[in-house]
Amino acid sequence: MIQALVFYMFAAIAVAGGVMVISARNPVHSVLFLILVFFNAAGLFLLLGAEFLAMVLVVVYVGAVAVLFLFVVMMLDINFLRFREGFLQYLPTGALVGLVLLVELALVFGTWTFAPDAASVSAAPAPDVAAVSNTEALGRLIYTDYFYLFQAAGMVLLVAMVGAILLTLRSRPGVRKQDIARQLARRKEDTLEVRKVPSGGGI
Amino acid sequence: MLQIGLAHYLTVAAILFTTGVFGIFLNRKNVIIILMSVELMLLAVNINLVAFSAYLNDLVGQIFTMFVLTVAAAEAAIGLAIVVVYFRNRGTIEVEDISQMKG
Repeated sequence: MIQALVFYMFAAIAVAGGVMVISARNPVHSVLFLILVFFNAAGLFLLLGAEFLAMVLVVVYVGAVAVLFLFVVMMLDINFLRFREGFLQYLPTGALVGLVLLVELALVFGTWTFAPDAASVSAAPAPDVAAVSNTEALGRLIYTDYFYLFQAAGMVLLVAMVGAILLTLRSRPGVRKQDIARQLARRKEDTLEVRKVPSGGGI
Repeated sequence: MLQIGLAHYLTVAAILFTTGVFGIFLNRKNVIIILMSVELMLLAVNINLVAFSAYLNDLVGQIFTMFVLTVAAAEAAIGLAIVVVYFRNRGTIEVEDISQMKG
């Protein structure tokens, strides 16, 4: 009973937040609604017993991705109201495509059933929650059977990080910065000249 | 109605996914909202994977969700970096101007 109520609360807020993300006038509000959606999706994950993924969703999505979005939205100095000009023009097409997609998904869900042997062919049966927690069970799988894929995921993140830095790094001319290599390469002879000055004569 | 089953979670995921697709059409000009819509769609896929994982008692779905999360984070970082670079060069991020890729 309580589980159902909590599910409906999380689901309703997530869906309403999703609608607000795409319809809010101000992109900053969109990002904040996106954070709301992520929090409620994390709640849904908790209801499903996937605690680790719920926490990862909060930490990675809310803590990193959404903040990144917020950063970029606030950094770019754009008149976002101009983007709304064609809003109603695309509404019918978008509504049509969305409706077709929703009907298709509903048709799939309506007629679909599990295969009779679906439970027996599972690749990694989840252990009893009382004995092994969700996080531990996931860790046991990731660091053994899925280790190479885990490493590959790390490589994906590394490449993304290098790419993002490479894209946004720029060297601006005319900025006075300390160049340690140049400082260390200077020799005394390059900069200092000792002259004998005759007294009373000047240079 | 009060017994929450797999179909409930799949319905939520389907609605969120459709919202994401709809958002891409609705905000054709604003590339940042388009990226957010893509995030919504990936989140819907994650909900699907975790729901199946829970109801089939199979942990592989949750592991796959982690990889989807990784790719989504990388995609957001690269996408936003491209937006920032484009804004620096052109002073605007209108999607319709990005049809020409020179200069």
